[in-house]
Amino acid sequence: MSIDTKTAAKVAKLARIKVEDEALPALANEFNTILGFIEQLNEVDVEGVEPMTSVTPMRLKRRVDEVTDGGQQDKVLKNAPDAREGFFAVPKVVE
Amino acid sequence: MSELNKLTLADARDKLRAGDVTSVELTQSCIEAIDKAGALNAFVHKTPEIALEQAKAADARIAAGDAPAMCGLPVGIKDLFCTKGVPSQAASAILEGFKPEYESTITSKLFDAGSVMLGKLNMDEFAMGSSNETSVYGNAVNPWRREGSDADLTPGGSSGGSAAAVAADLCLAATGTDTGGSIRQPAAFTGTVGIKPTYGRCSRWGVVAFASSLDQAGPMTKSVRDAAIMLEAMCGHDEKDSTSADLAVPNFEAMLTGDIKGKKIGIPKEYRMDGMPAEIEKLWENGQAMLKDAGAEIVDISLPHTKYALPAYYVIAPAEASSNLARYDGVRFGHRATLEAGDGITEMYEKSRAEGFGHEVQRRVMVGTYVLSAGFYDAYYNRARRVRALIKKDFDDVFAAGVDAILTPATPSAAFGLGEMTDADPVQMYLNDVFTVTVNLAGLPGISVPTGVDSQGLPLGLQLIGRPWEEGDLLNTAYALEGAAGFVAKPGQWW
Repeated sequence: MSIDTKTAAKVAKLARIKVEDEALPALANEFNTILGFIEQLNEVDVEGVEPMTSVTPMRLKRRVDEVTDGGQQDKVLKNAPDAREGFFAVPKVVE
Repeated sequence: MSELNKLTLADARDKLRAGDVTSVELTQSCIEAIDKAGALNAFVHKTPEIALEQAKAADARIAAGDAPAMCGLPVGIKDLFCTKGVPSQAASAILEGFKPEYESTITSKLFDAGSVMLGKLNMDEFAMGSSNETSVYGNAVNPWRREGSDADLTPGGSSGGSAAAVAADLCLAATGTDTGGSIRQPAAFTGTVGIKPTYGRCSRWGVVAFASSLDQAGPMTKSVRDAAIMLEAMCGHDEKDSTSADLAVPNFEAMLTGDIKGKKIGIPKEYRMDGMPAEIEKLWENGQAMLKDAGAEIVDISLPHTKYALPAYYVIAPAEASSNLARYDGVRFGHRATLEAGDGITEMYEKSRAEGFGHEVQRRVMVGTYVLSAGFYDAYYNRARRVRALIKKDFDDVFAAGVDAILTPATPSAAFGLGEMTDADPVQMYLNDVFTVTVNLAGLPGISVPTGVDSQGLPLGLQLIGRPWEEGDLLNTAYALEGAAGFVAKPGQWW
């Protein structure tokens, strides 16, 4: 499986990272190197092996479904690049 | 008293308790050392005011007889840890100016124990790198140099600043984090000790996430005893991290007897790589002989899926990173690009992330996006998770057969020169983690101990891998190895 510049552009789009057209061939090349390395995994017989989900068998702890935190609007907005009137501000999303 | 910054945690603690020194004196000594060490670029945000205030409070606690082990001890904190009101930007431009409104669980624990924070330490951006060369702050520099050379070497990565700072005595110890070897490789490159505990031992809450199923924090110190002291202060259950283990934390230091008689130490044949430098081979053999002399039994073992650990890691880690790093969107915190007329929210995301993330981070996020994308999820991601299960089973089988710990080299080489790997393809850099990455995939504790120097006078380390949750036993084996190796070399001060 070889990645061409079109696929590289699609991946960049999915990742929401702007990549200039002239940078795409080099990027596709790097992807191919890395994916070529990953291809080795195809040698392994994984028939009947369950994908690993947790490193130690542990049940997630449960707790009462109640509010434990909150009321910190100022703190939540403190690091926002653009916060107005108690909200995060972004460019217009809908016309 | 001069050169207090050169003390170990254990010695400083004992002197504090005996009233021979004060935390303020210790802290001053470190602040002076840091101010002279700009050339190492280890401390990237200095917090001397906070440090002196904490030191005064610690002195009062010690005077009142209320002094936990870490009380009054000045340490450095990796930039990956969120520290309230202090820049915490994971060495990334995308978090420029970010000052958390909260404190990570680990730094909270350290501060509750009376530790003093000297500042934030350099690292690879988002902990993605093995040489500290992906940092927005520029390279951290290894205090060690090759004999007769003034070429700058890497302190390793991603916890490069932590390793450089501890090796250069800028702080008594530091926090690190380890996703594929990021504590153990820099420790080996700088002649220091670094332990990654069992996954779940240390809370990940407030630590900037890279790959959540692999990330673990741990201490980077000047000795195994110090690692035991500091690890105990960092460990413990935290309800804010659902993967944090609700297990009692033992007194690790009390377990350092140095007695390893009858312990079974496994030597995995798959770690004998083609083209392994003779010096590393020799170091490994010497380590085996030391443990044997100390009464341990050396046994040959096999971990058949070792070869597939790095490829599995380079599917799983980028996949998790692409998901974790989706939060950097230019909305809630961090960098937002200047937009042009007509730019909408998609352009805002794309430009902010292109400007804020460095090259390696962008590459890993995109590789992760690819392996998780429709049509490839099974072929790459699920296959890698299956292989991961087999890698873990390799270790389970060996431990079930009675092996107590596994001895391997920590790194395939000594520290390399900054810039030397610039032209290498990304996979070449990834090979640095070949001996350490299996341990993260299996969730096991691993420790790097300095045991020798190479022909150019650079430190080399060995890694010991332990059973899950048995850090105490692992530290004790490391303590025996440390004692037998008698590594005392320090870098000559050129900075």
